[in-house]
Amino acid sequence: MRYLALIYTNEAAALKASEAEKQAEMTAYNDFTTVVGARGAMLGGEALHPTSSATTVRRRDGKVLTTDGPFAETKEQLGGYFVFKCKDLDEAIELAAMIPGAQTGSIEIRPVVEWE
Amino acid sequence: MGLTPTNNHAISQLVEEIFRQEGSKVLAALIGRLGDFELAQDVLQEAFVTALERWPHEGVPVNPAAWLVTTARHRAIDRLRRASVGLRKQKLWQTQTQIETEEYNEITFAAESFPDERLKLIFTCCHPALNLDARVALTLHTLGGLTTPEIALAFLVPETTMAQRLVRAKRKIKEAGIAYAVPPPHHLNERLDGVLAVLYLIFNAGYNASLGQSLVRPELCAEAIRMNRALISLLQNEPMLGEEPEVLGLLALMLLHDSRREARTGPQGEMIVLEEQDRTRWNRSQIVEGHAMLDSALALRRPGPYQIQAAISALHSQAAQAQDTDWYQISMLYAELVRYNQSPVVRLNWAVAVAMATTPARGLEMLTELEAGLQNYYLFHAARADLLRRAENWQAAQVAYRQALSLTQNGIEQAFLQRRLDELQTMLS
Repeated sequence: MRYLALIYTNEAAALKASEAEKQAEMTAYNDFTTVVGARGAMLGGEALHPTSSATTVRRRDGKVLTTDGPFAETKEQLGGYFVFKCKDLDEAIELAAMIPGAQTGSIEIRPVVEWE
Repeated sequence: MGLTPTNNHAISQLVEEIFRQEGSKVLAALIGRLGDFELAQDVLQEAFVTALERWPHEGVPVNPAAWLVTTARHRAIDRLRRASVGLRKQKLWQTQTQIETEEYNEITFAAESFPDERLKLIFTCCHPALNLDARVALTLHTLGGLTTPEIALAFLVPETTMAQRLVRAKRKIKEAGIAYAVPPPHHLNERLDGVLAVLYLIFNAGYNASLGQSLVRPELCAEAIRMNRALISLLQNEPMLGEEPEVLGLLALMLLHDSRREARTGPQGEMIVLEEQDRTRWNRSQIVEGHAMLDSALALRRPGPYQIQAAISALHSQAAQAQDTDWYQISMLYAELVRYNQSPVVRLNWAVAVAMATTPARGLEMLTELEAGLQNYYLFHAARADLLRRAENWQAAQVAYRQALSLTQNGIEQAFLQRRLDELQTMLS
């Protein structure tokens, strides 16, 4: 079977972390991916920019509604994900609005951290 | 270098003038080249400081704006050289290489013009992925050239809150990958609506506040009008765009409203409603320009809500006296406006127009349908009270005025409602 592991952390605390703390966290993640990779269990994973960079997209009656900030509806639960490669946020919004789930639920768009 | 050296005072006035006239154009060009709002704003500020230092003895360059772009870009290169580590360094090197390969030459560049990229700036600042407060603040800050303390004062929020709002907005643009671009044709109308909404919000923040509180806020009206004018000329310079009737319509609307700003308050700062305004205090040149602007918008034959609202405002400005107002036509225009905007506030204004065109009773009937949605809105009760007063139903009017009074915190509005109550008292006694 395949499993998705979602990482929830305290963003405010992470933003306040010192260089040394960030470095330590980075090392811990590198160790983690090495260990899990060696077991043949790692299929993928990405770090996300903080929720301040999030945009939520909904489609209602054919109209695309864009709002600043993360998804915040307690009546809706995470049901799946896609990763897109786009030239800018507008293209990401366009694709997100095409997801069938956007018509009844919400799609939260978060930029993936590019490391190189 | 162009002009001969001159004294410091004249130079600082000139620099201020250039900042006012060309600051946003220079900033827009820098953002385009550097791909970073924050960096562009920082180095532009440094370039202005350099101008103040050097122009007094070196003379004013032939093209001061191009000189500022060049100097700011140099500052950016210096910063990029000093910048350290990783991703940041790589990104900065890309920018630097790009700048250096342009083989810039100070003498030729100083006379050269640079492209006006303010349209990209407007659309980026008004992007729907930013929240509305951020769009308004960023537009005023970058396009309008207002300082953070000025914007904070205009919206009555602490300076630190406003500074944070601006920083967050700029960070979001960068991190989320909001393009610095004019949207593609299939998104243009929708995005243009968003830009107009921001400009109108800025105008209204100034217009509504001219009833007291802060002295700075009426400047927002002038700023919104100035930015709308810039938007019109920028759109005209784009081969694919040209004249957008709603953009002209909004300018007409703002000019016509602004023409009455002075007449809305009396000598003690008291509120004067349209009907009681001294119409000789209306700004004639704004009215003339507003009418002309509306005519050019209507000639394009693509009506929209701003044009309709401007047409309503134009009818008011055509009446030499309140009793000459063509309420019948105004009520027809509201009926049209409701097709675009079903908000209860628009319907409230419609009901008032119908009452004025026919009988107060007819308007009151329309108001009953709106009561559920607007019962906590002071203007609903004030409008209802006014119609009851016109229907000579003094007691019910008194009750409605009291309700309105209990729902507003604004001292000037309270004073107006109290005056009406006092007038009713004399009718009743």
